[in-house]
Amino acid sequence: MTPRPSLGLRARLLFAFALLCVVTAAAVSGGIYVQARNAILQRTQDGAVQAMKSRLEALYPLRSATPGPDELGDIAAAVPDQNNVEFAVASYGEIHSPVAPPGHLRLGGKVLALELGVISPKLRLVVAGGQIAWQRVVLQGTPWLIIGAPLLIAEPDRTARVSGIEVYAARSLLAEQRSIDDLAARAWLTGGAALAFAVVLALLATRGVLRPVRELGRAARLLGEGELRTRIEVRGSDELADVARTFNNTAAELERYVKQLREMEADARRFVADVSHELRTPLAALTAVADVLDEEAARLPEPAGRAAKLVSQETLNLTGLVNDLIEISRFDSGVAALTLNEVDVAELVRATLRVRGWSELVQTELPPAVTARLDPRRVDVILANLVGNALRHGEPPVSVRLSADPHWIALEVRDHGQGLDEAVLPHVFDRFYKANAARARSEGSGLGLAIAQENARLHQGGLTVTNAPDGGAMFTLRLPRRAPDPDGGPE
Amino acid sequence: MVGRQWTELTGGRVTERAVKLGGVSRVLLIEDDPAVREGLELALTRHGYRVRAVESGEQGLDWLRTDLPDVVVLDLMLPGMDGFEVCRRIRSAWEVPIIMLTARGDDMDVVAGLEAGADDYVVKPAQPRVLEARMRAVLRRTGREQAELERHGDLTIDRAGLVVANRGVPVSLAPTELRLLLELSGTPGRVHSRQQLLESVWEHGYFGDSRLVDACVQRLRAKIEDDSAAPVYVQTVRGFGYRFGPV
Repeated sequence: MTPRPSLGLRARLLFAFALLCVVTAAAVSGGIYVQARNAILQRTQDGAVQAMKSRLEALYPLRSATPGPDELGDIAAAVPDQNNVEFAVASYGEIHSPVAPPGHLRLGGKVLALELGVISPKLRLVVAGGQIAWQRVVLQGTPWLIIGAPLLIAEPDRTARVSGIEVYAARSLLAEQRSIDDLAARAWLTGGAALAFAVVLALLATRGVLRPVRELGRAARLLGEGELRTRIEVRGSDELADVARTFNNTAAELERYVKQLREMEADARRFVADVSHELRTPLAALTAVADVLDEEAARLPEPAGRAAKLVSQETLNLTGLVNDLIEISRFDSGVAALTLNEVDVAELVRATLRVRGWSELVQTELPPAVTARLDPRRVDVILANLVGNALRHGEPPVSVRLSADPHWIALEVRDHGQGLDEAVLPHVFDRFYKANAARARSEGSGLGLAIAQENARLHQGGLTVTNAPDGGAMFTLRLPRRAPDPDGGPE
Repeated sequence: MVGRQWTELTGGRVTERAVKLGGVSRVLLIEDDPAVREGLELALTRHGYRVRAVESGEQGLDWLRTDLPDVVVLDLMLPGMDGFEVCRRIRSAWEVPIIMLTARGDDMDVVAGLEAGADDYVVKPAQPRVLEARMRAVLRRTGREQAELERHGDLTIDRAGLVVANRGVPVSLAPTELRLLLELSGTPGRVHSRQQLLESVWEHGYFGDSRLVDACVQRLRAKIEDDSAAPVYVQTVRGFGYRFGPV
């Protein structure tokens, strides 16, 4: 199974959509949030400062340029109002109006003491310079706006002089903080909703794109597996539909070509089979009288005698060739079948050698009690071919060696000649392949090894050839000890 | 049609062979192709057989009714009545051995021919010496030295008279079936492998077609067993071969 090709593409598309959405949402929400926050704070500050200024203006004219604590208390008490300032403190030099004891700021209540310690020196410096200034501080988790204002004294020459009296007012920003938090929450919520929406959209989009892609992948895989009739449904008229249409056309062409090739191959094979079968009847008649000719040849005058010998000999060769052709065409058409029998392999090998009078010519190494379920006649055909070749073309000693494991038997047939040319090795099982064109005749039909290999394959085994390291060709026949039985066998 | 005469050939060699066989054997050759027919006739005649060659199954059956030969050589591919039908008709009336000529590569023909009752087969194009060896094998009689009647359950075997009877009723067996039964029952309880039976009954070599044995066992069981599916006399020994009894 190949890895699913859509996974990476889908993830990438989803990621891109989500990223785009997050960036957009963050930019829009963040921008709005910052602006809204600044606007809220600005308005609050302006309001508070304005209110404080107008309250302070109402204090004039001042009763004393050097006020005592009581006067400062009065000033401080005049500043707070219901809406803007909750608490104020006035100071003059080291003297100031009463403040709450340190660490006793009561939050959320109407009575709130402003501790001078929370006012930063920087703010005090600016106020001491005669300007109204403000600062936001966070006291015990609550945001506050602290406004500082100097009281000025108008000189007769119309210039203003710093009186030294400073008023500091505190205003809670809790409500504003809540508004801003609310705003942020809503921004998050909107962003989240947009993200979810984007993911859903991305999923839909990827499905729409990836389904045809996946179908295309599946179809291509089927086509590769030889399912040449695979086609894709063409939907719409986009680029993917174009791809699908191209795929279908290619598949149709491929199918047509393969069909054509198969037909040609089948025709060629059928022709060989037909020719072989047609040759059989005249050959049967020829074969029947070949013996007669052969036996009478000695009594015939020359050159009729030699002619008779030749006809009889070539009739036998021709019969062998036609039989081999018929045999190979049976493999090609798939009608060759195994007749399986439980046999002692060593006994089988000995019988093959004995029947052909080779027992004395071949060294054997045949462990006893190796049994296998085989078609003995077909194994005999393979062995006879291998040993026959070794005796004809190789150098003695020719040997047959049997080995076995629980599932396979292996028969090695080797000679001790020069072995086969490396260029020849891959072709020895080809039909009518002749290693040496000069000695093309009198070595059998040229189909012997091809038939041997087909017989091995029919057993679901294999036949291979190598050159032995110490010289000589070595054929190895491997057969399963339990060849697959097509019809349950005779037992 | 040529006159109804057995072709005879005189000559020293022929007489030798004929004597070896214990009398000249007469062969009925049923083969539609004239060249093959003539060739086989020539070759078999040279080997000392008296050959009657005909071109169709109908003619062959006519001849059988007139003059029973020692062996029938039957081509399976015949015009008109096909070889299988001829084989069945011969088998239903006579016990003459039948050797069929089959086309190479037609495995189904072999199986169907054996089921129709043929004793052996030869693949065309066949060398006459191969056909002749097969014929000699089916013609050879088993030893008749034992005179007494053997009893195996309900089955009685008369080795001298070559008569087999089941519950006293004679059973009509084709020659190969009879030889197989005699071979197996000669050593009750011993397992014979297919290869051994091919060598002893059919005189094939080690690499004979084991389907011959299986088909013949089937036909034999059909004739002597009460239930072919549960045989008592000819039993299968899985993975090894066949055994007679124990009854």
